[in-house]
Order: sequence, then structure tokens, then C-alpha cells
Amino acid sequence: MFEIAPFIPFFVAAALVLVLRGRARALVSIAVPILGLANLWLLGSGSFGQYSILDFDLLLFKADRLSLLFGYLFHIAALISVIYALHVRDTLQQVASLLYAGSALGAVFAGDLLTLFIFWELLALTSVFLVWARRTGRAYVAGLRYFTLHILSGLLLLGGMVFYGQANGTLEFGRIGLEGGPDGSPYGWMIFIAFGIKCAFPFFHNWLTDAYPESTPTGTVFLSAFTTKVAVYALARAYPGTELLVYIGATMACFPIFYAVIENDLRRVLAYSLINQLGFMVVGIGIGTSLAINGAVAHAFNDVIFKGLLFMSMGAVLHVTGKINGSELGGLYKKMPKTTVLCIIGAASISAFPLFSGFVSKSMVMSAAIKNGHDWVWLILLFASAGVFHHAGIKIPYFAFFAHDAKLPAREPPANMLVAMSIAAALCLTVGIYPQALYSLLPYEMSYTPYDVTHVLTQLQLLFFSALAFVWLNLRHLYPPELPSVNLDVEWIYRRLVPDAMRALFNRLFALDNRLRSAAVGGVERLVEGVASHHRADGVMARNWLTGSMVAGVVLLLGVYLVLGWV
Amino acid sequence: MSVEKQAFFDNPNNIRWMLRIFYSICALLFAMDFVIHRHTEFRWESLPGFYPMYGFVGCVILVFAAKWMRTFLMRPEDYYDKRELTDNTADEQGQGHAPTAPAAGGPADV
Repeated sequence: MFEIAPFIPFFVAAALVLVLRGRARALVSIAVPILGLANLWLLGSGSFGQYSILDFDLLLFKADRLSLLFGYLFHIAALISVIYALHVRDTLQQVASLLYAGSALGAVFAGDLLTLFIFWELLALTSVFLVWARRTGRAYVAGLRYFTLHILSGLLLLGGMVFYGQANGTLEFGRIGLEGGPDGSPYGWMIFIAFGIKCAFPFFHNWLTDAYPESTPTGTVFLSAFTTKVAVYALARAYPGTELLVYIGATMACFPIFYAVIENDLRRVLAYSLINQLGFMVVGIGIGTSLAINGAVAHAFNDVIFKGLLFMSMGAVLHVTGKINGSELGGLYKKMPKTTVLCIIGAASISAFPLFSGFVSKSMVMSAAIKNGHDWVWLILLFASAGVFHHAGIKIPYFAFFAHDAKLPAREPPANMLVAMSIAAALCLTVGIYPQALYSLLPYEMSYTPYDVTHVLTQLQLLFFSALAFVWLNLRHLYPPELPSVNLDVEWIYRRLVPDAMRALFNRLFALDNRLRSAAVGGVERLVEGVASHHRADGVMARNWLTGSMVAGVVLLLGVYLVLGWV
Repeated sequence: MSVEKQAFFDNPNNIRWMLRIFYSICALLFAMDFVIHRHTEFRWESLPGFYPMYGFVGCVILVFAAKWMRTFLMRPEDYYDKRELTDNTADEQGQGHAPTAPAAGGPADV
């Protein structure tokens, strides 16, 4: 049978988009995710595309239930994002986004570490153009930082892969674990950190909050779908059941919500809440039971759709009004009612309201946490659930569409944007109402029912009283107002501290260098001055000597020789 | 503009009614704790009103903590731009935080 690896249609389409214009280009862009999905459905589990480099057998395509689910997800995400971006007339963005989606598919179906590494780097290389496509100074420097960190991640993966190959004699991509090789080679940690950078682990998370909000309205939708989810997939494949991940995930779920409350740029609020959602997935992978892994993967699936929907609604606001700061927006529900409703569906989904998609997947991770005795982690995740409702569920729609009416000129976004958002909203509701559709695709068999009385009641109590807190704080004017500001985060170290330290260091080095040079120049000048002083008028060398005194000198000299001759 | 006068949330009566409905739902949900027997797995979970209290108190703490964080984390909007944009792209400093897309769609989107 003639088999095509899932990334190939996307790469071919990217080449076609480069030469096509207008309707033909749109047709190719829409057709490729649909045909690709059909292709993947027919391929199913299995592997092909064996090739070898340097005695290593490599595998271009290897699919099991885990990678297949991510494969379906990426096709759906690509379709929605492409439709959302149909109005864009920018070849750079359209080519880059198709290559980017293709790279994500290549990485998910990579059977070995070298193939994974190649697509890992391609992900960084193609996605950075989506940041630069905004064509502002800010986007340019943010893109540079984004690219640097992702290349670092790739280099760590490459180094880890070399050690892994040495220790195991194979590059097959399977469970790796932190233990490392029998000879104590550190490949486990190197690959772990490589995945961790892409997964926005704490201290490595600022590339996300830095670059995503600087991308174009449409570019951010693509960005939010692929990079971090490839990392989640890689962690689920290589590090299931690593306990450290439980604590990393709990931290990721918790700390971004504080930043999200005080952040002004609403797309940056969503970037922080993206880290918060990744936290739930990472906890699930860290617990490692079949329920937990299923929960993590299901949540990744739902997150791509509802976070995409939220980024799309904010992208629509930015596209229409040219503004995205909470302090400048408000009252848009009058002019953008459809966008408002769609945004609220996304907000309800991320907040895990019953009947919306977040509810059926987040609860699996929570249940797994408490079943495995992680009581404190469970409490933290519960707090994070309340917090995500607070900032993503309420704050985003409230400050953009309600609150104080900023009286901005606005209208509904182009039809293609509304269609893309509607597809995402429909998926959120479908999965929320009929979760078995998603459950049947999950990697492990399980019997889990999200809808029981206890669970629905407790979740509604949690959410409604979180909302009550928001209402109370707002009526009492205790809620922090949206302020035009920058909040310091870990990025401060490499955006301010290190450049400042380097600047100070170089200034001091230059000063030292200056002093040494001027001292040397001064010395030479003094020498020249000293020599010259003897040649000036009245100088020793410029004086006129009497013949008599010269004769006396010669006599003295001869006298000295005479004395020396005797002695 | 007549559209603005009719807008639903511009009418304080509407907001008052919505809030009343909202408060009633909250009260009802809280009362359910005493009627419905929940199955519990965590020791605090069995306390009546655990979830409502956790949600409310958690969010209030979240907001106050975040407000307090502003005292030492907040910087002016051009904190990084001042240096980064003059270092790298001096001519684009003005574009720093003005999004490119005006109402009709900016250069990135047209």
C-alpha cells in the first residue's frame, strides 16, 4: 500500500501556497488538514518509513493510540486555525503556519529520537516566523528570545540523544525516565529539560508569555496549538509516572494565575493560563496511572480547542479594534455580540463548567491525584481550578466585552473568523455533552463517568462561589484595576539583570582598558618629553662647548686610561 | 445613540435582577450540601460548605496576593522597551506597544 507520513501533505501544501494566489491558495490550505485527517485515519496504528544513518535504524512514522490522538488533534487544530486565518494576505505567515503544523505532526509520529530532534528544531524554526510576522520591534526581539530558548532545547535534546544512543545502542523513542544509563550518563535529565523548556516548566516559561502575545492575531492561534502539546506528548511518551512531574505540574498550575490577575494584555493573560492548563497535564503524566495519563491527554485535546477559541476571540478583538489591553477595552458586547457568546463558551470550557469540555478532562486528573494520595497536590489543583475560572473565565470576557464601556469603534470580525470560532465552540460543547466520543480515542481502556451528582454539584459550588468572590470584590472596588504596566517575571533575569550586568562588566573592562592605555601613552609622552628637553635651547645636548674644555676632557680621559694601565 | 440606550447591561435594573438571580443560585448550591449526600475521598471534603468556602476564600486570597505582588513586580509599560527597542530597532520605538492593526486591519493582517 502507498503510505504517506502525515507531515508530507502539509509540507507539499506549503510549497503550493508559495506559488498559488487567491482562492486556489485558500482551497489548498483548507483541503490539506481534511485530506491529512483522512489519510491518518486510514493509516491507523503501525509503522513505516524505515531508514538508517550511521548504523542506527530510524523510523519516520510510528503510531499507537497515544500519538494517533495527538495526530487527530493537530489536524483539527490546523483546520480551525487555517480557516481563522483565511482573510490574511501574507505569504510568509501562510507558508510558515503550514510548515509549523506539519513539523508538529512529524514530531508526534517520530519513531526515534533523531527524527524527533529534526522536527523539534523545525517547530522552532517555522514558528518563529509567526512571531516575526507581526513586524514590530517588540515582536522582533521577542522572537529572537523565543528562538534562542527553543534552539537551546533542541541542543539539549541532541546531546541527550547522543548519550542515549551510546548507552542503549538504539535511538528508539520510548520510555526514557530520569534514571539515566548504567554508566551514569545524564541523558535522562538532558532530554527531560529539553522537553521541559518546550513545555514551559517554571523558570523556562517566559518564552511563552513573551512571544505569544507579540505574534499576529492569527499567528498566536497556531502557536497556542502545537509547540507545548508536542512537549506534553513527548513527556507522556518518555516520562510517565515520574513523580517530580507531579510537583512541577502543581507549580505550573498555581503560580501563573497570580500573574494572570494583574496582567493587562489579555492575550498575555491567556498565555499565563495556558501554562496553568499545562500544569494539569504535567501532573497527570507525573502520576502515571492509566486514568491520569488519559486525563492528561484528554485535557491536552480539550485545551487546544478551548484555548484556541479564547485566543481566536481575543485575536478578533485585536483585529477589529487594534487594542488588546484590558485597560483600553470594554463594552464590546454591544457591537460584537457573536464574538462575545463564542468567547464565553471558551471561557466556560476552560473553567470546567459541566456540559463544557474542560469539565470532562480536568476531573480525570483531579480524581487520579486524590486516588494516588497526592492530597496537597489535589488541594493546589482545586485552587488552580478556582483561579483559572477567575482570570480566564471571568476576567477575559468581563474586561473585553463588558465592564466600563470604552466606546471603541468596532464590528463583528470577518466571517471566516466567526466560522472558525463556531467550529471550536461546537467541539467544546460536543465533548462536554458527549464525552464518550473523546474517551473512546484515549490511549488506555477505562470506565470513567464525569457526570455524577457529587462531581457536578461540587464543581458548580466551587465555580459559583469563585464568581461570588469576583462580584463581591468588584462591587467593593477591591478588585485590582487594569493598569498599563509590565510585571516582572523570571524573564527579568535575561532581559534586564544579565544585560545590565554585562553592560556594567564591559563598562568596567573598557574603563580599565582605557586607564592602561592612557598610562602607557603617558609614559611614552614623558619619555619623549624627557629626551626632547635635553635638545631644547639650554638643554645639555644643545649647549655650545668651548675647545678648551674639550681638550681638558680628553686629558682627563687619557689620565683615567693611564691609571687603569698601572693597576 | 439609541443602540446604547437599549443595551442590556446599561440598565441598572437588569444588573440588579441578574445579581439577585446569581445570589439565589449561590444560596441554593450552598443549601444542597445539607440535602444531598456527597461521596467523599478527602477528609476535608466531607465538611458541609467545603467547596463553596474553598472557592470563595481561595479567590479572595488570590486577588489580594496578586494585588500585593503588584507592589514589587509592577513596572512602567515601556520598562523593557526603552532599552531593547533602542538597542535593536531604534526606528520602531514608537510602534512598541501600539498593535499594528488599526480598525481596518494593519499591515500584518491585510
